[in-house]
Amino acid sequence: MPVSRAGRHPWLFVLWTAARTPRGAAGLAMAALVVLVALVGPAFSPHSPNALLTLTFAKPSGQFPLGSDELGRDVLSRLLDGGRLLLFMGAAATAIGIAAGAAAGISAAYLRGAPDGIIMRSVDVILAFPQLVFALLLLSLVGPKPWLIVIAVGVSHAPAVARVIRSATLDVAERDYVKAVELQGMRPVKVMAKEILPNLISPLMVETGLRLTYSIVIMSGLAFLGFGQPPPAANWGTMINENRIGLPLNPWAVIAPAALIALLTIGTNTFTDAVARVAIGVDRRPEEAALVDELGPEPT
Amino acid sequence: MPGEHVAIATAPAEPAVSGPSEHPLLALTARRLGIGVITLFVVSVIVFLATEILPGNAAFAVLGRSANPVRLHALEHQLHLDQGVLAQYWTWLSGLFTGKLGTSLADGEPVWGLVEPRLVNSAVLVLATGVIGSVVGVALGAVAALRKDSWFDHICSVVALAVTSLPEFVVAITLIILFSTVVSHLLPAVSLLPPGTYAWSQPELLILPVATLAIVIVPYIFRMMRAAMIEALESDYVEMARLKGVPEWQIVLVHALPNAIAPTIQVIGLNFLYLAGGVVVVEYVFNFPGIGQGLVFAVDNRDIPVIQFIVVVLAAFYVCVNIVSDVIALLATPRRRIPG
Repeated sequence: MPVSRAGRHPWLFVLWTAARTPRGAAGLAMAALVVLVALVGPAFSPHSPNALLTLTFAKPSGQFPLGSDELGRDVLSRLLDGGRLLLFMGAAATAIGIAAGAAAGISAAYLRGAPDGIIMRSVDVILAFPQLVFALLLLSLVGPKPWLIVIAVGVSHAPAVARVIRSATLDVAERDYVKAVELQGMRPVKVMAKEILPNLISPLMVETGLRLTYSIVIMSGLAFLGFGQPPPAANWGTMINENRIGLPLNPWAVIAPAALIALLTIGTNTFTDAVARVAIGVDRRPEEAALVDELGPEPT
Repeated sequence: MPGEHVAIATAPAEPAVSGPSEHPLLALTARRLGIGVITLFVVSVIVFLATEILPGNAAFAVLGRSANPVRLHALEHQLHLDQGVLAQYWTWLSGLFTGKLGTSLADGEPVWGLVEPRLVNSAVLVLATGVIGSVVGVALGAVAALRKDSWFDHICSVVALAVTSLPEFVVAITLIILFSTVVSHLLPAVSLLPPGTYAWSQPELLILPVATLAIVIVPYIFRMMRAAMIEALESDYVEMARLKGVPEWQIVLVHALPNAIAPTIQVIGLNFLYLAGGVVVVEYVFNFPGIGQGLVFAVDNRDIPVIQFIVVVLAAFYVCVNIVSDVIALLATPRRRIPG
């Protein structure tokens, strides 16, 4: 495994190696382009994103390079303005999902017994809700608030992360160096944080990439369904829904935000795929590999 | 949203703990069923309690600013909020089994009457997508594995990776642009079926929703089938068969394919699970009168009885598919059936 040769920052080594593969470079470039548009874009916005400037669904012109939307607002300005919050919310939900999922998965696998049972049965229960439905259920109660969307999506990531991390931990927990520090009387919490967690960097990196992609997919989906920010705010998911009735008049009002979302999710997913190849050294996603392994060996 | 389902590897089917007299497969199935029932019970409690932890109460949340004591009291009675929590839960739970689900807060119709045609429509959508997607995914995966590293294999793999990343509404919008608005007008962009009618009265309305969902699930099945098939083709038993002079078509169809399909079945199961959530966005895009669209409308209207029922139905579907795919995978992998 290349990780062991990489010194103190194995994850940087993995990211760097992944970024230099053709697949990784392509993914990173696509994602970086969209992130750049979302973060720096508002500074270059030619018009106010919420000002009613021209006819509805006007075709692209010199003044409005991507035409106008359902209310005659400038599509380009709204496009440049509509990605930032989506990115921040996606990153926050990913962080929540990975932190909660890793904590649950490591505890379940290391402590075994009752904690394992309780954690994994709770995982089963949350998994019984499709992620989007789980988020909709929470939103239906409190209303579409950005913090609630972040929590709902983050929590709905945790069970899947917990399953992957649990099976990875089961492996690590049996190694000699873990047994050694246990014999020296290290406290379980410290064993998990100091000895086990650092050895889970590969699956954690892959999971982070996957969950980031899914966060963006779910959040833009919620926005598309009308559960994003309240109306005047620009948001790529919302823009697609608002402007799809105008497809025959000005398709760019739909194509442009859809293309940015597609570039972003394809970019993060492709880069994650490259990371998975470098870090785990397989042609398959960890969860697919786990499925094969699970059915493969003889039961003991 | 292709995401949610991939990482949900079903819990390993553990070897039976029963005595030798009992059939291990039966014992395992019974155990999975038991866990499923408990999971569903907890889900029902959560869905029910979710409406209880509302600031104020559900009636107040529904009425919002238009709340006044008289209306509040009437609605509290309608939602059984004037009973104790346990009694409320019991009324609701027994209603789930007897069909007395209460009335919709949005239009006063009985919940079952509103949801039943939607359930049928969504079932048609999910089933059609699942069958078409599985067949296409398995076929593409097997062919790509047989022609490993050919241009066909490479193109399929790259396209699969790109498509798995896309949100389903982006796929749907792309199909609408290509087939029903900007590029051509071959298919209807949205269904004009009023809620309460069945999908098969206008089958052409099913084409784009089914195509969208199939495009979303095929890459996962393709990837799994390809990987499993490559593994099977490189296995000892295939090599043994080759050495014995078994014809190549027989090696592929009799030796490799069945062994590659076993793990793929679980992925197909996961994709049916995904469809439970995937229908929400796709039905909304195409204005398809199924439970996904019903859920979005209900959430919009804070129609709590409808939300509760649809969420429980989707969760029950989820749990059932999980059990079925575990049992099928078990049937397809004989060595897992022998108690260790």
